[in-house]
Amino acid sequence: MAVLEVEHICKSFGHTEVLKDISFSLEKSQVLSIIGSSGSGKTTLLRCLNFLETPDSGVIKVNGNTLFDGGNANTKQEAAIRENRLHFGMVFQSFNLFPQYTALGNVMLARELQAKKRPDYKANKKQIRAEIQQEAEALLEQMGLKDRMYNYPHQLSGGQCQRVAIARALALKPDILCFDEPTSALDPELTGEVLKVIKGLADQKMTMIIVTHEMAFARDVSNHVIFMDNGYILEQGESRALFENPKEERTRQFLTRFKEN
Amino acid sequence: MELFLEQLPIVLKSLNVGFLQTLKLFAVTLIGALPLGLLISFGTMSRLAPVKTLFKIIIWIVRGTPLMIQLLIIFYFPGLVLGNPIWGGGESGRFAAAAVAFIFNYACYFSEIFRGGIQSIPIGQDEAGLVLGMTKTQIFFRVKLLQMIKRILPPVSNEILTLVKDTSLARIIALQEVIWAGQSFMKGSQGISGAIWPMFFTAFYYLVFNGILTVLLGRLERKMEFFR
Repeated sequence: MAVLEVEHICKSFGHTEVLKDISFSLEKSQVLSIIGSSGSGKTTLLRCLNFLETPDSGVIKVNGNTLFDGGNANTKQEAAIRENRLHFGMVFQSFNLFPQYTALGNVMLARELQAKKRPDYKANKKQIRAEIQQEAEALLEQMGLKDRMYNYPHQLSGGQCQRVAIARALALKPDILCFDEPTSALDPELTGEVLKVIKGLADQKMTMIIVTHEMAFARDVSNHVIFMDNGYILEQGESRALFENPKEERTRQFLTRFKEN
Repeated sequence: MELFLEQLPIVLKSLNVGFLQTLKLFAVTLIGALPLGLLISFGTMSRLAPVKTLFKIIIWIVRGTPLMIQLLIIFYFPGLVLGNPIWGGGESGRFAAAAVAFIFNYACYFSEIFRGGIQSIPIGQDEAGLVLGMTKTQIFFRVKLLQMIKRILPPVSNEILTLVKDTSLARIIALQEVIWAGQSFMKGSQGISGAIWPMFFTAFYYLVFNGILTVLLGRLERKMEFFR
């Protein structure tokens, strides 16, 4: 069964239609790349999945459960949204780390706040916090940041910041991890270390959606690719097939321009 | 010179008592105006247009009129116009009226500084908190508040130093603060009259206290340097 089903999502900002009837599905452990030129709606789609934007209409299902239904006001309530968006993790282009927390603090914060709601929190405070810290340390180690845990974001490079952000998203154990142009703010050298980490997650069968301009990376790491143009999904398919044999003329144009660069 | 040395202890004793009242008004104003300012800043950022407008008008009036007039109105209006002198005539009533005027006035100035500080924090901080399942309240207190404090510390320090000196305005409703104490020796008090130097002495009290505050606020600012 598909872990994610998106059906007929539409979104407008004022009179501008940004997403026009978007539908796709994603299987567990699949990696989906969304490519397309700037302004084609890729980022808005990702933000809709994380409920940073509310779609005007359409349905979003995770593991068969309807998280969002444009026709059902109950799915638009703040508490419901807060609960539902935990199915998704989000890694931003500009990292958005919390500057006053260490790398470790960034990874632990949301988990700690969640733990406070547990009925046994007061009784087992020390133990619960120790568990959260252990998991956070393991995640940072996995990201290659073992000796950077107690650094503040401003003491880290862009690539290190982005890896902390990935660990922070993973700490909440999302079903689907979303990346919004995760390397666009990084120089080529730092891009490599972040892509390597994402590749590692793919090898561990993490379900991921990646909005990216790194075409070679999209081709190599993803199983499935969506090409967006002007708010529509113009073409989608198996990664290698789409990159090597695009059906649509517009897709071919877009990919050719990238090869030239 | 002999006369001066004779009068000095008497004057200093009076000035000390006066300055204690100055300090009290300063402290009470800060304690009241900082949190009230935060509440007012939320009002001016409200999504409800009437609430926002109401708070903007209040700020316009409070910042647009002299604090001295506000002091006079708050102290005299209930008694003279409403026939209900809620403050009474004593020193404690005068202090209460002065405290209300100062807290309200400074809260309005602080609120605009807070609003600037809150709005200067990138929206990405909110979004990062939201996707981590945090509530808006958690995002404000656990993510944005400290960043805001760091940003607003220099302008707030300015206001605090100004407040120290502004407390002298309470003299207009005869609050017995340090200026009032100094002035009393011009008119005649405790056998000293026509002496203007005690007034000049009051300046040292302000100067020394503001010096101490400058050092403390500077330290606080350096404490915030652990993040950027």
